[in-house]
Amino acid sequence: MDLTLMVWRQKSADAPGKLDQYAAKGISREMSFLEMLDVVNEGIVKAGGDPIAFDHDCREGICGTCSQVINGVPHGIEERTTVCQLHMRHFKDGDTIYIEPWHGKAFPVVRDLIVDRSALDRLIQSGGYVSVHTGGVPDANAILIPKGDADTAMDAAECIGCGACVAACPNGSAMLFVAAKVTQLASLPQGRVEASERVRGMIDKMSDEGFGNCSNHYECQAACPKGVKVSFIAKLNREYMKSWF
Amino acid sequence: MPETVSRGIGSSTVGRKILMAVTGQMMILFAVIHVVGNSTIYFSGLNSYAEHLHELVPLVWATRFVMLPALLLHVFFGVQLALENNSAKESGYSVNTNLRSTFASRNMIWSGTLIAAFLVYHLMHFTFQVISPEAAASANADALGRPDVAGMVIYALRSYVVSLVYIFSLTGLFLHLAHGAQSSFQSLGLSNEGAEPAISKGGYSVALVIFIAYVLIPVLVVLGIVKG
Amino acid sequence: MILDGKCPSGPLAEKWSRHRNDLKLVNPANKRKYRIIVVGAGLAGASAAASLGELGYNVEAFCSQDSPRRGHSIAAQGGINAAKNYPNDGDSVFRLFHDTIKGGDFRAREANVYRLAEVSNSIIDQCVAQGVPFARDYAGYLDNRSFGGAQVSRTFYARGQTGQQLLLGAYSALSRQQAAGTVRLHPRSEMLDLVVVDGKARGITVRDMVTGEVSSYAADAVCLCTGGYANVFYLSTNAMGSNVTATYRAYKKGAFFANPCYTQIHPTCIPASGDYQSKLTLMSESLRNDGRVWVPKQKSDNRPVSEIPDEERDYYLERKYPSFGNLAPRDIASRSAKEVCDEGQGIGTSGRGVYLDFADSIKRLGQDAIRERYGNLFEMYERITGEDAYKQPMRIYPAPHYTMGGLWVDYNLESNVPGLFVLGEANFSDHGANRLGASALMQGLADGYFVIPYTIANFLARTTPGEVPSEHEEFRKSREEVDALTKRLLSIKGTRTVNEFHRELGRIMWDNVGMARSQQSLERALQRIPELRAEFWEDVQVTGSGAELNQELERAGRVADFLEFGELMARDALQRRESCGGHFREEFQTEDGEARRDDENFSYVAAWESKGVGRNPELHKEPLEFEDVTLAVRSYK
Repeated sequence: MDLTLMVWRQKSADAPGKLDQYAAKGISREMSFLEMLDVVNEGIVKAGGDPIAFDHDCREGICGTCSQVINGVPHGIEERTTVCQLHMRHFKDGDTIYIEPWHGKAFPVVRDLIVDRSALDRLIQSGGYVSVHTGGVPDANAILIPKGDADTAMDAAECIGCGACVAACPNGSAMLFVAAKVTQLASLPQGRVEASERVRGMIDKMSDEGFGNCSNHYECQAACPKGVKVSFIAKLNREYMKSWF
Repeated sequence: MPETVSRGIGSSTVGRKILMAVTGQMMILFAVIHVVGNSTIYFSGLNSYAEHLHELVPLVWATRFVMLPALLLHVFFGVQLALENNSAKESGYSVNTNLRSTFASRNMIWSGTLIAAFLVYHLMHFTFQVISPEAAASANADALGRPDVAGMVIYALRSYVVSLVYIFSLTGLFLHLAHGAQSSFQSLGLSNEGAEPAISKGGYSVALVIFIAYVLIPVLVVLGIVKG
Repeated sequence: MILDGKCPSGPLAEKWSRHRNDLKLVNPANKRKYRIIVVGAGLAGASAAASLGELGYNVEAFCSQDSPRRGHSIAAQGGINAAKNYPNDGDSVFRLFHDTIKGGDFRAREANVYRLAEVSNSIIDQCVAQGVPFARDYAGYLDNRSFGGAQVSRTFYARGQTGQQLLLGAYSALSRQQAAGTVRLHPRSEMLDLVVVDGKARGITVRDMVTGEVSSYAADAVCLCTGGYANVFYLSTNAMGSNVTATYRAYKKGAFFANPCYTQIHPTCIPASGDYQSKLTLMSESLRNDGRVWVPKQKSDNRPVSEIPDEERDYYLERKYPSFGNLAPRDIASRSAKEVCDEGQGIGTSGRGVYLDFADSIKRLGQDAIRERYGNLFEMYERITGEDAYKQPMRIYPAPHYTMGGLWVDYNLESNVPGLFVLGEANFSDHGANRLGASALMQGLADGYFVIPYTIANFLARTTPGEVPSEHEEFRKSREEVDALTKRLLSIKGTRTVNEFHRELGRIMWDNVGMARSQQSLERALQRIPELRAEFWEDVQVTGSGAELNQELERAGRVADFLEFGELMARDALQRRESCGGHFREEFQTEDGEARRDDENFSYVAAWESKGVGRNPELHKEPLEFEDVTLAVRSYK
């Protein structure tokens, strides 16, 4: 099939950007979205141009590197799917596809479709860990954890840190990301000890990094490729209140 | 984890949302009580209700004393958060696709602004009674010698223009509560995966019931069904 | 040269604890004076950087991804082995050691493997303490599952995302050290050279992948944790960014590359559907418990599955290996699939695929039971192929998955270049000629959390901190070399893209140095690779400049290294005139087509020393001695 792509091109963080049009011809239905872009890029390179820069790595939906807004939706309209697992059979011949980088003050554009998501790393640095030294820990079965709690922790830990929640949020908020980490660790006895410092540290850091506030639009859950739930945000709010008592 | 001095509730992103939720729920409660009182107009009890209310001076002032700061806090943080949100996401995408958000949720600041403007009008109209002084309750007594609140209200709402202002503003209130009521539960952490759909529906229903209860007054008056 | 692995003496079970008592220590007050470079932030790199930071060393960590949470360890699905013996099914450190060394077809160093088994339990304890949400039973205890190559249940898991959860655990420990200021992380930075001064590793040269700036970092020791080289095949289950550059450039600076021919081909991956295909996706091996593998008996049979009657199907694994059937080990299942496809019985447009059919199991157990067991895998298969595997068989084909070879290291994980340590998949040390499932995660974390903190101290204690400053002549030279390479790549302005060359190299490697190798195929590869390399340096097109974010340039540098490395792989495969584990030489098989090992002549580690491009590398050997296991032939008939 033949497609028209409208792709955000921006040389560097300070350079102005705009949407450029590209023709993607002879695209097969079996291709993944990124493979379609590979084909377009090979054409650009052969013509001596600068290929479209985009982030990607594992191409199996787990590393969280790929990050494109496709027709206004982070990772595209397919539910619970990362860009790398989105396939061209979901598009039709003649379609025009808009491809843009994540938007948000905390995610400045690096080049084209690549943004700087290091703010998410700094959120983790502000408390998204258990302060344990290597070695000197008790046997793994010394502290029992109810299966329900372990399952909740795992549900929250599904987060791949791609930032789609921030990209989808009309306020550019990272509440779902923070909520997932806070819930994971607060559900486990090992993480409970520092729960107060963690929740306040991460929440404050979120504002410092320029993320917006949560308005409970729930766009984040809808865009999350791993289906991380907004109920964790309620949990985050509870943990925050608890931290004051 | 090193101990650090964290922001206070009033400057924290989550803390402020919690204050928004608490003050919002207070005002919802106020709106419910207010509309129950207003409903006395259907069986000609408004003047009596108003008179009784004004006899409870401490209660009236206590309510004002609580509600006014709540309102100001709600407005202040609402505007502040909205400004921050705007700067956190300066532009949308070329194609606008909304997955879960609603018209109501995306326009809270505008529905809130409308409500605030209406509130000023409404207070000038029926509390300070400076908009149409000729019909002011304080200047006109009913058959029993009480301030004629019902007469003032009906006089005003008989005007299509005034009714439309009320109906339009109440639509703003509906939109605000359609998102705000359920959202406040989430902000207060009073939600989980199982309860979330029920809270969403419940919040919407509360907004709808309040809206209908309020909007019936101008509608029924302007249609001439309630004549006082 | 005969290499010495420096294994400590004494009984196997006491080697590591005795050795630790003998290792030198660095005084706590002096630790911060030492600077250590850690390259790579997968399981090995993140755990090493975090542990070294905790100890108080000054750590400079580098990764090519935008965040250290994205190393390809994240994609490991199945689990991590440990000899906890929680299920009381007879496991022990010795059994885990024995299974691993046997699984590796007796081509690994005994002492290393035993240490790996020994520290495996501490890894689980550590991860649980970090908040890794392992699966648990209703009583709150950790759950175990069984895995290939073992008769006990010793695999700990977190749904189908064990690698992800372990990496996030190590990443959180690393983040904690970043917050504490002991580790400075440089993301989007690619190591392009190892700086060696007076025979010692003294630093690295990196390119900032955003600005293009090339800079050097000096340190007292360098740890490479940069993963494997399966992308030499172009199509593999590795991430797009996985490459051999860091280890290969260290090899060019004098580090020995050991056993490069040991590569693992995983039997159950989704087959390639066309030339544009960029990577292969692995489907968990567990599917073979209930799926039957078959191809049509007729060659190039294009009929739909429903029209092929049972008697016209060749259930080749059940036919050839009646006792193990569809559960034959990875290497055997992979090779058999290749054989039937070579015979022309392969399915799909490319003819490179076999069916994995669940129809019988669904008939026997019902669709719900199958859904319960494999629902998420069927979903993933449908997401990628658009096919419903409940209604039609899955199509699968083997794919390069893991590389057992890597830089040569001694028992201390130190390479032959003093001060250069190599951890995780990047070294060669623990898996011999074949890796067992759920052992890669174990090795990465063992090296990073529990081995390097001890062994690196022994090296540093004998080193004066900051001996060689980054102003040293060698650093400038290194930067100039890197710049020259970049300039050269950009100046060719040919007609073919980097990808086209990579694809072509992959085809050569897969056809000749893939699942089955022969003298003839290897010689063909040794002839073809230098030709392709020459074409690359004449005709590759790399656009843009070096002073900006340039993904084509990044790829070009990596493919240039693969074009040299492929030759080394073929050479290693050629000299190893035996079949063992993942290395199958067609000339060396039993009458039933099984691998024939030659313990008398090839029980050694082949470590190659670079002599420059186009020149034959020199082979060094480290003899493998087995004191505590008896060498046996694997049979799965």
